[in-house]
Amino acid sequence: MKTLLTGAATLALLAGAVHAESHLVSTGDKRIALSNNYAGNSWRQAMLQTYEDTAAQAVADGVVAAGDAFTTSENQATEQAAQIQNMILQGYDAIVLNAASPTALNGAVKEACDAGVVVVSFDGIVTEPCAWRIAVDFAAMGKEEVDYLATRLPDGGNLLEIRGLAGVFVDDEISKGIHEGVAEHSQFEIVGSVHGDWAQDVAQKAVAGILPSLPEVVGVVTQGGDGYGAAQAFAAAGRPTPLIVLGNRQDELKWWAEQRDANGYETLSLSIAPGVASLAFWVAQQILAGEEVPKDLTVPFLKITQDDLDAALASTPEGSVANVSYSLEDAQGVIADAK
Amino acid sequence: MLSRYRIILPVVSLAVLLAATFYMQPRAMSYFGLNLLFNLAVPIALATIAQMMIIMVNDIDLSLGAFVSLAACITATYLNDTPLLGVLILLGLVASYALMGAVIHTLDLPAIVVTLGMSFVWGGLALFILPTPGGAAPGWIRTLMTVKPALVPMAVLAAVLIALVTHLLVIRSRLGTVLRGVGGNARSIARAGWNVTVLKATAYGLAGLFGVLAGMALVGLTTSADANIALRYTLLSIAGVILGGGEFIGGKVSPVGAVIGALTLTLAASFLSFLRLSPDWQIGAQGAILILVLTARLLFSRRGAAA
Repeated sequence: MKTLLTGAATLALLAGAVHAESHLVSTGDKRIALSNNYAGNSWRQAMLQTYEDTAAQAVADGVVAAGDAFTTSENQATEQAAQIQNMILQGYDAIVLNAASPTALNGAVKEACDAGVVVVSFDGIVTEPCAWRIAVDFAAMGKEEVDYLATRLPDGGNLLEIRGLAGVFVDDEISKGIHEGVAEHSQFEIVGSVHGDWAQDVAQKAVAGILPSLPEVVGVVTQGGDGYGAAQAFAAAGRPTPLIVLGNRQDELKWWAEQRDANGYETLSLSIAPGVASLAFWVAQQILAGEEVPKDLTVPFLKITQDDLDAALASTPEGSVANVSYSLEDAQGVIADAK
Repeated sequence: MLSRYRIILPVVSLAVLLAATFYMQPRAMSYFGLNLLFNLAVPIALATIAQMMIIMVNDIDLSLGAFVSLAACITATYLNDTPLLGVLILLGLVASYALMGAVIHTLDLPAIVVTLGMSFVWGGLALFILPTPGGAAPGWIRTLMTVKPALVPMAVLAAVLIALVTHLLVIRSRLGTVLRGVGGNARSIARAGWNVTVLKATAYGLAGLFGVLAGMALVGLTTSADANIALRYTLLSIAGVILGGGEFIGGKVSPVGAVIGALTLTLAASFLSFLRLSPDWQIGAQGAILILVLTARLLFSRRGAAA
């Protein structure tokens, strides 16, 4: 009798749960594909790995029927357009897309939408209105760096800006955000700006070159992949290490931990986690489930503070970048924020 | 005997690959499916014809991919915003191709070097026009590329049309015969009283024309352009010509074969993707298909020569 009662209670609970999700339909028979244009660096490798892990788990749990990943052999828009058209033919219900070009895939994306396929683009987003976009607010990331510096250095001072690869959209956006931040916190002044190309060795050379001409620098704003090189350049020049905002790379985190242990160095590290692919996967799943999702969503940054440093460093493989795998709940949170 | 029917092998390759694709993916065996499989082959077919015009006169064009990208960028910007200026620029591009042919012949320069150099010029111009991806396809091109004719999908119809027109132009017409003659034996053509410089300029001009058409067709499909949109076309077009039964020297080309070659290459990529082959292996597998077909051709032509 008791088991029967418990059973009934469980059933009632289940019914309640089903009721709460009543506007959503099951996606157990739906198939999701990842169309990826490039796999040639550690960020993309981590991205593919996270996607595959997330998709495999979702398939095992019966949330979706398939979550295959495809990468084009060459980073070319025409090839990826053909890949998307093949996915339509293969009967996928949704395509999660990291695009080779924001515009050159629009024709193929439109074909997919017309065929009733849900297209969710992320990182490399597409402009076709029928697709969903999970964009990165790079300008906000740049501004956040200066905001953080303002909390740590209320008196302000001179800043050195390390930029990324010249002529790339991301570089312009982050830099724009940094300059907005400096305009807001007028106690700061950018006294030098170099291009570090998001690579430690390039950044080190560039910073070493400009350092002799600079007055005292209290902070360095970066774009990720360049903080460690900057620190090395300051050390080689015999100057005190300023407050360098880092970009989640493993070598940067390791250096930060060493400095913290040696002299209590404190900073902030932020970047976009490659796990954004798993966020896109869940967003696609939610759309298939019938959830009303706004077309434009924003990815949260992955921020590492003094408190999470040890955990982040432990979970980041050497030569890689700190990552986080987004869950269904994270996706629901992002969707709710955008509404 | 068999070498006379050089068109047989490309047709057989395409048929075999098509059958295999239909077996793997029955959904492709429909109006909608065929269009999806082949619509991106239309600009490749046009680019392959362009490359064929150059190979026909014993040269090779390494700038075609960059040139098609440039044409695509102009189509998505000037041709859309100021149609008259756009047409003029595109005509100017065709003229500059003709000029390039004349210069290559007059100064006796190796085409491979000149076109490689020009690829940077075209690439630079494309970046100058569209520094960031964008632009929009003119409405009429978009309509043309997405038209849904009765019975036969646009992609198939376009391929047949391109093959037919270029067959008449290159194989049947007087001009085409003389142009192929330039590839066969330029000296005897010159002795017969033809101006070879003008003929080469014509061949290059035709290549420029088809290159521009390829760019326009591509933008019609993608809806907007990107300075690097067609870089792959250089190699694809060369492979397409050879796969279609053309030869690097001697003016031995087949327009129908070239179109079929372009379709085969496009289909090969889709087929490999349906096989769920890892992308790392796909380039190699694509090469393997190419080598397989070429080996078959060599065997046939040897046996044909022996017979």
